[in-house]
Amino acid sequence: MSATVVPAKPSRARSPITAFTAAWASQIGISVAFIAVWLAFIIGAPSTFLGDRIYLAFAQSTPYFAIIAVFLTMVIIAGDIDLSFTSEMSLSMVGFIFAWKATGSVELGVAAALFVGALCGLFNGLMVTLLGIPSLVVTIGTQFLFLGLALVLVNGKSYSLVDTTSSISYGLLAGKVGTIPIQFFWLLVLAVVAWVLLNRHRLGQNAYVVGDNPQAAQLMGIPIRSTRITLFVLTGMSAAVAALMIALSLTNYYPNLGSSYLMPTLAAVFVGGTSVFGGRGSIYGTFLGAFMIGGIQAGIVAVGLTDYYTGAIYGAVILISVSVHAVIQRRFE
Amino acid sequence: MTLPPVGEYGMSADERASARQPAQLDPAIAALEPTAAPLPEGEKRLELRHIWKSFGGVHVLQDVSLELGSSEVVGLLGDNGAGKSTLIKIITGVHRPDSGEILFGGRRVGGLTVQKARELGVETVYQERALADQLPLWRNIFMGRAAAGPLGFLKVGDMRRMTAELMSESMGFTSAVLTPNTVVKGLSGGERQGLAIVRALHFQADIIILDEPTMGLSLKETEKLMVFVEGIRAAGKSAIFIDHNIFHVYSVSDRIVLLDRGRVAGEFSTSRYSLDELMGIMREVAATGTFTEQERYRQAEGTLQATTGPSEEHA
Repeated sequence: MSATVVPAKPSRARSPITAFTAAWASQIGISVAFIAVWLAFIIGAPSTFLGDRIYLAFAQSTPYFAIIAVFLTMVIIAGDIDLSFTSEMSLSMVGFIFAWKATGSVELGVAAALFVGALCGLFNGLMVTLLGIPSLVVTIGTQFLFLGLALVLVNGKSYSLVDTTSSISYGLLAGKVGTIPIQFFWLLVLAVVAWVLLNRHRLGQNAYVVGDNPQAAQLMGIPIRSTRITLFVLTGMSAAVAALMIALSLTNYYPNLGSSYLMPTLAAVFVGGTSVFGGRGSIYGTFLGAFMIGGIQAGIVAVGLTDYYTGAIYGAVILISVSVHAVIQRRFE
Repeated sequence: MTLPPVGEYGMSADERASARQPAQLDPAIAALEPTAAPLPEGEKRLELRHIWKSFGGVHVLQDVSLELGSSEVVGLLGDNGAGKSTLIKIITGVHRPDSGEILFGGRRVGGLTVQKARELGVETVYQERALADQLPLWRNIFMGRAAAGPLGFLKVGDMRRMTAELMSESMGFTSAVLTPNTVVKGLSGGERQGLAIVRALHFQADIIILDEPTMGLSLKETEKLMVFVEGIRAAGKSAIFIDHNIFHVYSVSDRIVLLDRGRVAGEFSTSRYSLDELMGIMREVAATGTFTEQERYRQAEGTLQATTGPSEEHA
C-alpha cells in the first residue's frame, strides 16, 4: 500500500511559470494596480506625491477603515459579510462613554468599547449560525439595530472627549510617533496579527475551508459555527478600535461617526482581490486596497481635479480592480 | 456486552487521538504502513444497532443494523433514496441517529461527532465533494486535522513537507509543477481521487469508508482503486464500499448489505451468492420491496437480522 495508490495523469500541461503565477496571481494583480495608480498620481502631481506631507495624511486617515477591512477580509473569506461594523463603531463608543463617565478611567472606557464591539460581533455570529440567516440580511438588520441603540442610549447627543487627552490611552490610540500618526503603526501590527491568524493559525485554515466548501467543512469535522462567530467577534472588536481612534483624535463622539466608513472599507476588501463567494482573499490585498481607496480622494484634489470627480474615479478604480481579479482568476486558475 | 480488555480501545478518545496522530510528522510512509489497530478478541470493528433516523417526518433509516469485522470489506448497495448516504453520515458523525447504538470495537459511543469519529479511526473518501477547490493541496490533506501547536498555530512547514512526501510516494504525483502549494482546482479526476484517498489513509484509519469512489474515474483508475481496496483488507483494516455499480461492489466485497427504502433488505455473502443471483434479488427488491427467495435465504443464512449475519465466516 505504500506504493502508488491511484494513478495521476496530469489534466493538462503545466509550466512552472504559470504555476507560480497562478499561486500569486491575485497578489501580483493588486500590486500592479497599486503601483499604476500611484505612478499616475506622481505624474499628475509630482510636487505633492514626491513630498511626505500627503503620505502623512494617508497615514492619518486610512488606518481607520483599513483596520476594520483586514478583519472583515477574514469574515468574507469564510463566506459571510458584515455590514454592521459602522454601527458597531458607534455603539462600542457608547460603551466607552458610559464606562468612562462612570469610573473616570479612560482605560476602562477602552476596555468597555472593545467588550461592546465583541458583544455586537457575537450577536451577529449567533444570529447567523444558530438561526441560519444569511449574514447579509442579519447585518443589515444589526446595522440599524446597533446604531439605533446608540442613538437611544445617548439621546442622539454628541460628547466632548477633550478630558481624555491627558490619558495614556489617548497617546496610544490618537498620538503620534515622531511625525507619523500612531494609528498607522497599529494598522501594521493588526494587519500582521490578521495575516498570522489567517495563514498560520487553525482559525484561518478553517475560515478558508468554510468559505470554499461548506459541505466539505461539515464532512471533515471543521467547527463551522465557532469559526464564523469568532470572525464576527474579531470584526466587532476591530470596529471598536477604529472608533476609539477616530473619536479620540477628534476628541468628540457623535452617533454617526462610523457611517462614512461603510463603502471605503468594503471597497478596500474587494479591490484587494477577496472573493465575495468566499474561500479566496488575502490580508496583503486588502492592505494595498485600503491605501488605494484612501489615496484616491487626496490624489484627485492634488492633481487638480475638482472633488466632484471623486465618486466617478472611485467607481472606476473599484470596477477595474475587480475586473482584473476576475480575468486573472479565469486565466490562471 | 462486556467491556473489552485494556488495549487501544480501553483508552479515551483523546488518548487514542494522540496515540494515532503522528506526534513527529515524519517519516511519511510510516503513516501508510499496513497495520491496523489491534481489536479485542471477538469484537467487531464497528456495529450499528437498530438505527432510526428521520428528517422532517420522513423515515430515512428504519431499524438498520450493520456490523463490520476486521479485514472485512462490506459493500453497501441500494437505489437513490435507500438511505446509503444517511447511514454513512451517521457512522462518520455528521448526523446523529434518532435512536439506536453505535459501537466501535465493542464500546458504545454516544454523541458521535465528525471529529470524534475521525479520532476513533474512521476516515472517509468523499471524493471531490470534500475537497476545497481554491485551497492548496497541503491545506486539503490536513483539512479538519491541521498539525498545530497548543495555541492553534499551524506547523505549516511540517504539513508542506508531509504533503510533498505523500505526493511523490503515495499519490504518484511526479509532475514537477505540482507542489504542495498547488490549488486543487486544476487537478484531474484521478489526481483528486488520489488526494482524497491519501488523505483518508494518512491518519491511520482502521475503518475506511469509500463513498461512490469510482464516480468519474477511468477504467484503469477504477482497477487501481480495486487493488487499493484489496490492500485495506490485507492490512487488517476494514472498509465500507458504497457504489451504485454492483459489478464494482461485488468484486471487492466480502459481504453485501442491500438497503431498500431505509431498511436492510438483506445481507449476502459474496462467497455464497453469485453475481447473477444477487442481481436477480436486487431487481426483485427494487420492484417489490422484498424478494421471493427469502425462504431460501433464511435457510442458508439463519436469519434476516444483520446482528447474526453471514459475516461470521469472514470475521
